Amino acid sequence: MFGLNAKDMRSLVFVALLLVLAPILLNPFPEGSPLAQFNAGYPDLMQRFAIFGIFAIGFNILFGLTGYLSFGHAAFLGAGSYAGVWMLKLLTINVIPAIIISTLVAGVFALLIGLVSLRRSGIYFSILTLAFAQMAFALAASVLTPITGGETGLQTSLNDPRILDGARESSNIPTPSLFGLEMGDSWQLRVGDWLWTFNAGYYICAIVALIGFYIAIRIFRSPFGLMLKAIKTNQNRLNYTGVSTRPYMLACFVISGMYAGLAGGLMVSMDPLAGAERMQWTASGEVVLMVILGGAGTLIGPVLGAGFIKYCENIFSKINKSVLEGWFSVFPDGMADFMVAIVYPFVGKGWHLTLGVLFMLVVIFLPGGLVQGGQKIGSWVTGRGRKKSAGAATTTPAE
Amino acid sequence: MDQIILQILNGLDKGSAYALIALGLTLIFGTLGVVNFAHGALFMIGAFCSVTLNRILTIGYVPEGAEAQSVGGFSFGKPKEVPYVEYWFGEATGQAIVDWSVPLSILFAIPVMIAIGVIMERGLIKHFYKRPHADQILVTFGLAIVLQEIIKFYFGANQIPTPAPEAFVGSFDFGALIGMDPGVIIYPYWRILYFVFALALIFAVFAFLRYTTFGMVVRAGMADRETVTLLGIDVDRRFTIMFGIAAAVAGLAGVMYTPINSPNYHMGMDFLVISFVVVVVGGMGSLPGAVLAGFLLGILESFASMREVIELLPGVNQVVIYLAAIVILLTRPRGLMGRAGVMED
Repeated sequence: MFGLNAKDMRSLVFVALLLVLAPILLNPFPEGSPLAQFNAGYPDLMQRFAIFGIFAIGFNILFGLTGYLSFGHAAFLGAGSYAGVWMLKLLTINVIPAIIISTLVAGVFALLIGLVSLRRSGIYFSILTLAFAQMAFALAASVLTPITGGETGLQTSLNDPRILDGARESSNIPTPSLFGLEMGDSWQLRVGDWLWTFNAGYYICAIVALIGFYIAIRIFRSPFGLMLKAIKTNQNRLNYTGVSTRPYMLACFVISGMYAGLAGGLMVSMDPLAGAERMQWTASGEVVLMVILGGAGTLIGPVLGAGFIKYCENIFSKINKSVLEGWFSVFPDGMADFMVAIVYPFVGKGWHLTLGVLFMLVVIFLPGGLVQGGQKIGSWVTGRGRKKSAGAATTTPAE
Repeated sequence: MDQIILQILNGLDKGSAYALIALGLTLIFGTLGVVNFAHGALFMIGAFCSVTLNRILTIGYVPEGAEAQSVGGFSFGKPKEVPYVEYWFGEATGQAIVDWSVPLSILFAIPVMIAIGVIMERGLIKHFYKRPHADQILVTFGLAIVLQEIIKFYFGANQIPTPAPEAFVGSFDFGALIGMDPGVIIYPYWRILYFVFALALIFAVFAFLRYTTFGMVVRAGMADRETVTLLGIDVDRRFTIMFGIAAAVAGLAGVMYTPINSPNYHMGMDFLVISFVVVVVGGMGSLPGAVLAGFLLGILESFASMREVIELLPGVNQVVIYLAAIVILLTRPRGLMGRAGVMED
């Protein structure tokens, strides 16, 4: 179906089910129970899952397929965000133009940067993209303030023209909507002790993410995708056989940038505020982490990586000292204090420390990311021959 | 004319920091072939060495019978603490030691940084020689985050002012020296010292590589590792020590930079991005190239910050280094002084 083989169809259906049922799956604990703090099924977080999923899928098309490590991908996300907010300000509060234009703007931006950066490869490519992204960040935060809102950020306001919307009497700043369906609208369903929230904005993100995932599968399986994999394996050989890799690389870079722009457009559609810090290189580093953690070069990996990091970020950041003391109160006093002292640096504001440690562990011991880890555990549980699992591990994940 | 001299001088102190960090990066890259994204963190740790020493030196006790401090009749409740160093060495010497804590930190930072460098290389980076460059970048990037967060946990997120010794507070009238009107070109003493210090350190590293047997072996190992290994020389051990030295160079750059810019936990990352640009502009693997590019880009940045230039091209001071890097990479792909065959993929 849809031109996919059975295995890809399975992963598409798997992602579709994950996305559709996320409000239920992410709220496994009854409301009011002590474990409810681990629930993630609220709209804001779910939207971020889907949006960063798109961002990571796009980055994976570049890094996973061709091995070109871009350290400036956040610039495209930022460019898309600004374009999206401007559409919401100038054209209409409807999100569709914002999403489309932000994708296109990021694509053009990626084309320009790609034309220059792709003249080099390896570490030089990483540094060139990093330099461009830092330039974009520095300009957005300072000189381009009339366009980008500088350090305060760009947001919608009451007196925006919005030429397609006509006059509005309301004295509130309108919230982004899809033909009148506001992004913040939610329906709540209560089953027993469980409270599930189905949010309009989330489902729009989810649909876009699913389409993005489908396109990514098609790219992976297409002749174009094979060519990109060939570039990763041995670019010299391609050159010697008379294939010019530049157009393929450029197309790949632009597609990847457009995914980032799409994510940016969706981000401002959910919350119409774009700030320069979105383009900073730490933001670029974050998407690299997501893809590596999930498994670069695999289809499902980036989605899992994005979800995992955003979930952990959210949960770990919420834990504070008193929560920890609550957990360890079952131990004797001295030991409880000791455990709190050990764990405390890793939670709350120290979430980045956990992220760094986790990231190092993954790069050192599990270069294929969570997907490889899953395969290893899977083959260990089912007790299949070692040979077979080794073969599977070499075909799917990238190094 | 005076503007030009002033901007060159202004560029020198930042350029010194860039040159020192880029020198360390190039040393690591040239010897071990590893792209070290954690090098900025080493610079930052160096800066925090001086903060730490300052804190250690000012640990104090409350003398018996001391009265609560009061300013204008308001009592602060606690009596003033007297640092132990004043108790041990007498008041004048003790105060001088605290005052000179930043230069003293050099002695403190060298062993600490070498130890950190050696542990880093033996414990982590050793296992990444055979892995692709992307993996090296990623693991050192993770390490940089970890080091940064550890410092943030212990020292907080705010900048920590670390003043220079009183003798170096104030400015030097450079214009008067070359026959201009006094007061036209004035330049803080500490920045002059920083520049001189950086030059001395750079010369020390070059002399070490050039005139010692150890340095000769290291250079031979950089040129052809396999042959040197076949001659029965333990290249790995020497390269590990070079990693420690590179870490110490970055650390010392950080120590001496603290009075210029109060250290905070993300200063390393801010410098790292630019230092990479410096290394690439100078030519990957070329030590003189890294130093030259460091000073050139520092001076370029300070020229771009002149008011006249900013009025002409707004925002150029923010991006000039990156622009220069892009132009250089596209016109001279090997950088200013890069050699053929180094990282040409």
